[in-house]
Amino acid sequence: MTTRKRFPLPLNTQDGVVDMAHGSGGRAMAQLIEQLFIKHLDNALLRQGNDQACFNVPAGRMVMSTDGHVISPLFFPGGDIGSLAVHGTVNDVAMSGAKPLYLAAGFILEEGFPLADLERVVISMAAAAKAAGVAVVTGDTKVVERGKGDGIFITTTGVGMVPDGVNISGDCAQPGDAVLVSGTLGDHGVAVMSSRENLEFDTQIESDSAALHTLVADMVKAVPTIHCLRDPTRGGLATTLNELATQSQVGIRLEERAIPIQPAVSAACELLGLDPLYIANEGKLIAICPAKEAAQLLAVMRAHPLGQQAAIIGNVVEDPHSFVQMETAFGGSRIVDWLASEQLPRIC
Amino acid sequence: MKYIDEFRQRALAQKLAASIQEEADSNRQYNLMEFCGGHTHAIFRYGVQDLMPSNITFVHGPGCPVCVLPIGRIDNAIQLLEQHNVILCTYGDMLRVPASGRKSLLKAKANGADVRMVYSTQDALKIAHNNPDRQVVFFAIGFETTTPPTAVAIKQAHMQGLKNFSVFCNHVLTPAAIQSILDSPEVRDIKSVSIDGFFGPSHVSTIIGSRPYEFFAKTFQRPVVIAGFEPLDVMQSALMLIRQLNEGRYEVENEYTRVVTREGNLKAQLLVAEVFEVRRLFEWRGLGMVPNSALQIKPHFADFDAERRFKLPAIQASDIKGCECPSILRGVKKPTDCKLFGTVCTPENPMGSCMVSSEGSCAAYWSYGRFRQPDDKTKREGVAV
Repeated sequence: MTTRKRFPLPLNTQDGVVDMAHGSGGRAMAQLIEQLFIKHLDNALLRQGNDQACFNVPAGRMVMSTDGHVISPLFFPGGDIGSLAVHGTVNDVAMSGAKPLYLAAGFILEEGFPLADLERVVISMAAAAKAAGVAVVTGDTKVVERGKGDGIFITTTGVGMVPDGVNISGDCAQPGDAVLVSGTLGDHGVAVMSSRENLEFDTQIESDSAALHTLVADMVKAVPTIHCLRDPTRGGLATTLNELATQSQVGIRLEERAIPIQPAVSAACELLGLDPLYIANEGKLIAICPAKEAAQLLAVMRAHPLGQQAAIIGNVVEDPHSFVQMETAFGGSRIVDWLASEQLPRIC
Repeated sequence: MKYIDEFRQRALAQKLAASIQEEADSNRQYNLMEFCGGHTHAIFRYGVQDLMPSNITFVHGPGCPVCVLPIGRIDNAIQLLEQHNVILCTYGDMLRVPASGRKSLLKAKANGADVRMVYSTQDALKIAHNNPDRQVVFFAIGFETTTPPTAVAIKQAHMQGLKNFSVFCNHVLTPAAIQSILDSPEVRDIKSVSIDGFFGPSHVSTIIGSRPYEFFAKTFQRPVVIAGFEPLDVMQSALMLIRQLNEGRYEVENEYTRVVTREGNLKAQLLVAEVFEVRRLFEWRGLGMVPNSALQIKPHFADFDAERRFKLPAIQASDIKGCECPSILRGVKKPTDCKLFGTVCTPENPMGSCMVSSEGSCAAYWSYGRFRQPDDKTKREGVAV
């Protein structure tokens, strides 16, 4: 007696496309999950096939974060939406000082999206999750009609555990603290812009997309008194510092000359009339710590591969208005304000 | 960066600041108008005013093409979308500018209109090629700098026999605007506004050269220095203006010699002359109707003129009540003189064009310099002094 195959024909990940059946909850969806998602993201919890993952956690404080990932183009120099969806949430969890443990992933797919691209995205997610030491343990798939999505949207939710004695939060900055950044700014945003259809330009810049939890682990171990950590993603350094200043009800003063920016990023921003302080990053963090610990923290950051170009870029001051101000490299001063809306290129 | 960092050097800035301090007569006031928003932006972004003596005042002028476009022309653009169902291609700055009835191109887009942000006229042509069943209109704005690329697009569309592409032309001319400011009652008769000299538009002059400013430098006895947009350019140009004023000279000098010549780019001028002609009258926000201050598409290329193709009417629209953009654009008032500034008008919720455009003086005041403003209103808004 021969055993009938559950799916007579394998999923066509070469030429096939997502169709409405892949989100219907029926056999096509089961095949997609089995032959694409579980195949690449495989782990014991996911393989159980439940609608949830059940796991033990150690006693202590748990953190949880969720993030929707929408990006155009889906594939860009140095990364893609798959790795980004892992790094983004791992980093959001890690910015509490926590060790990220598990991820959940929700996929919204557009009818007609090539299965080959979907597989490429999932393989990238799997590699990023493996490198970050986290497991994607549960997920969800929905399909929307053609024209109602942008190929693929991914939402990831992560959980992690905070080490004892660590209390890192955006409202903990204090006057006198030092402000540090882990490396060059604007790399991700410029890499993505360089590959947009109507704005293609040649650059060697690659996205800095990376999971920062091991860098955070080293930092927290060496300086457990870190007050704030945050990854300056959308809105860049400027927006993130404004968030922290507002949360902590302090002012921040920056020294423009100390802020690391790659020359190619500066050049691209000049060309487009954009300010690199507002450009997105996906593999950088900002740390605020007591001034007396700053030198040690900087040394720890620079010793890590993801923090080699770390720098002390300013300090926290008393300011009832919570302004972020900067001494310009030119010798003047100005506000580094909240972004009013998306940065737009100048006309002339 | 080569050719950029050289013009932002701190040590040179300090030397220039010392020279300005030494040469500026402490017994007189120097009111220097930067015509271009690019200069306004540079002054605030790099904190140039921190390096200047207190008797040198920068007066922000009308040199932002977004800011000077009257509301009626944006209403026209929305008409094109709502009544003619076109694909409207526009530069990004235009998207948020308020039109009548609190509309904007961005709001029209959110309501289903087909507005596409483009980076060049070539993008708009490409969209026309890719959408042969739709009418595609390029919303052309800008000074002499952005006019040649529009001329190129019209010529290309003409040569290709493109039937679904046209240009809504709003290109304006700087010399006429400067003349209008100097001719205005506030400057000429009432003396409520004093403008002692001008930072001349540099990118404009790469096309038209420095010569067009010679007429009114002499006629109105105001020195003009064609100034680059880097902060050292602005400081050097300020020094050149101060020297002229101290010596009683009223000339056109060129600080931006690395790019600008007296004659300008003759090839670009010929191209523009082939496609465009001067409009007899055009409305500028803040300046009103200014004779010979804008361009229109020549009859030879009429097929590509959106105003003719869609029979667009002239729309007279009023500014939002209380908005001082018109006075600010003429240098008559500062952004902080406007009751709306920082109260209901902010970059997140702009009431007027000067707050929308990244080159607008209100946006520059708000984004870079509001911690400097000592008046009560900004205090109320949580502004440090």
